[in-house]
Amino acid sequence: MVVERLLPSSEAEELLAVVHEICADQLAPRVDQAEADADFPRNLIHLLGQTGLLSLPFDEDDGGGGQPYEVYLQVLEEIASVWMSLAVDMSVHTLSASAMARFSSDEQRKTWLPDMLGGSQLGAYALSEPQAGSDVSAIATKAVPDGDQYVINGTKAWVSHGPHADFWLLFARTSADPKGGLSAFHVPAGTEGVTFGAPERKMGMTASTTTSVIFDEARIAADLRLGDEGQGMAIALSALDSGRLGIAACATGLAQGALDLAVGYAKERHQFGRAIGEFQGLQFLLADMSAAVEAARATYLLAARLKDADRPFSRQASIAKLVASDAAMKVTTDAVQVLGGYGYTRDFPAERYLREAKVTQIFEGTNQIQRMVIARSLLR
Amino acid sequence: MKIVVCVKYVPDATADRKFNADNTVDRVGVQGMLSELDEYAVEEALKIRDGDESGDAQVVVLTMGPADARAAILKSLQMGADSGVHIVDDAIHGSDSVGSSLLLAKAVERQGADIVLCGMASTDGSMSVIPAMLAERLGVPQVTFASEVTVDGNTVRVRRDGDAATEVIEASTPLVLSVTDQSNEPRYPSFKGIMAAKKKPVEEITLADLGVAAGDVGLEAAWTKVEAYAERPPRSAGAIVTDEDGTGANQLVEFLAAQKFV
Repeated sequence: MVVERLLPSSEAEELLAVVHEICADQLAPRVDQAEADADFPRNLIHLLGQTGLLSLPFDEDDGGGGQPYEVYLQVLEEIASVWMSLAVDMSVHTLSASAMARFSSDEQRKTWLPDMLGGSQLGAYALSEPQAGSDVSAIATKAVPDGDQYVINGTKAWVSHGPHADFWLLFARTSADPKGGLSAFHVPAGTEGVTFGAPERKMGMTASTTTSVIFDEARIAADLRLGDEGQGMAIALSALDSGRLGIAACATGLAQGALDLAVGYAKERHQFGRAIGEFQGLQFLLADMSAAVEAARATYLLAARLKDADRPFSRQASIAKLVASDAAMKVTTDAVQVLGGYGYTRDFPAERYLREAKVTQIFEGTNQIQRMVIARSLLR
Repeated sequence: MKIVVCVKYVPDATADRKFNADNTVDRVGVQGMLSELDEYAVEEALKIRDGDESGDAQVVVLTMGPADARAAILKSLQMGADSGVHIVDDAIHGSDSVGSSLLLAKAVERQGADIVLCGMASTDGSMSVIPAMLAERLGVPQVTFASEVTVDGNTVRVRRDGDAATEVIEASTPLVLSVTDQSNEPRYPSFKGIMAAKKKPVEEITLADLGVAAGDVGLEAAWTKVEAYAERPPRSAGAIVTDEDGTGANQLVEFLAAQKFV
């Protein structure tokens, strides 16, 4: 079903039309096989870059689309409604490039940003470590200055499309101070001393390879540091809320995809001489699914519009991530229910949607962390 | 070099088709789009333009139809075409390919074109006759159903894949060229293309601008008339070959050959 959207401009409407076309022509025919084979769709990332979809929320001066977050997120949602892991890859890349856009020198942005926004340089986000998930201050990876270089040692965990990336946005410790001792670095692929762990055997999102990234005496030029030494925490936190909105949009798209599948099936599947969609028991299920999807969309769009208006949106971003990911979990579970026994098989995408939904309650801050953020904001 | 691409705004094939009271296709009340086969023509035009060494080549997109048909031009401009011409006039409603080719030929003459590019067919009428009719009316060579195009100065060479053989033919500009869905991979509009298209000129012209009398086009002047239409019959069971005496494979091949699949 084509989602009813209130977009802020005619160019945004035309953009969504192109995105819809790309989803139908290029993504939909490939997603099932790629997810089954754990085949990372690098060529589609190129296509998204060429189409300008990886540069939408960046400044026009930097070669970006100059689009409000409200538009970028709805593009992301459309892609997620067809291919969840690809949308998450896109969100992670945008997050990784945003540090370069906001905290770099003119020299750095001229050198690196155009190819990041054009999709030929795919970025990955290397923040978490085995012992440092929600607690970023526990990061142990060290970057030690040595002449005009830094020497990096440590292991980053859960890096989305880690081994496919052309660069990693790395957060490493330049001093022992738990919060003030982190710095951010742009590490290009091919840097000697960088290796990867085996791909995580995940429950879902299998086309997007997740690995650890291991730095063993890896040397990078000192001018690949973003911002000042010690500014790492601020850089990481600055993108946190936007990243949560990205996940909220992806989760909403995933839920929309599951709803569309369920509605289509309910119209076609006949039992007792009529389409199962004619039974009220099923109608109520579908209605609740639809309500959850629309509520998720409305919630992330409010947060996005606050961000676009340069107003505080941190609490609303956490609420959006919480509401949309819980909606995705509920809606995908119900989609399996609507499809019955078929929904439980791998011949239909419902069970994959369900597996993909679970992680949205976990990554970019677990939903328990989101509740902490929300409550802290209320009680401040 | 000037390349004029003739494109058609067609009803979305995935949507329900509707007809007007006069048995013409309802093009107003349904979701429409640039005919997918015409995307190949636009792409080929852009490739020819971008490969032109003079650097002053331009691509003009030409369409005819109700106000909504402008969307076909817009999509072409988003892909990268330079300007558009839209023949819009109540009198053209119901025109058949004879009438349409008259209007398109007059509009091409008004523009002046080195290459007139068309798709291999429309996705709604599927007639495939417009390129030939255009060439006849314009008095220029026709190079049609090209699956590969090479332009060298004013020579256009194409590969034409037929059922039994592949031929390579060439002609000098000005000419009419039509391309198949094998000729290229049409690009998607980029966001920058979408923004740029907003500033590109689209000229709306009428029958009067083309010097065509209203009686020469439209439903009344059409050489063909739709008397009735019917829903497509439901899909029936296919032929099943049971191999009982070892001739099954032959029967299968005969079937495929009859359908021109082999």
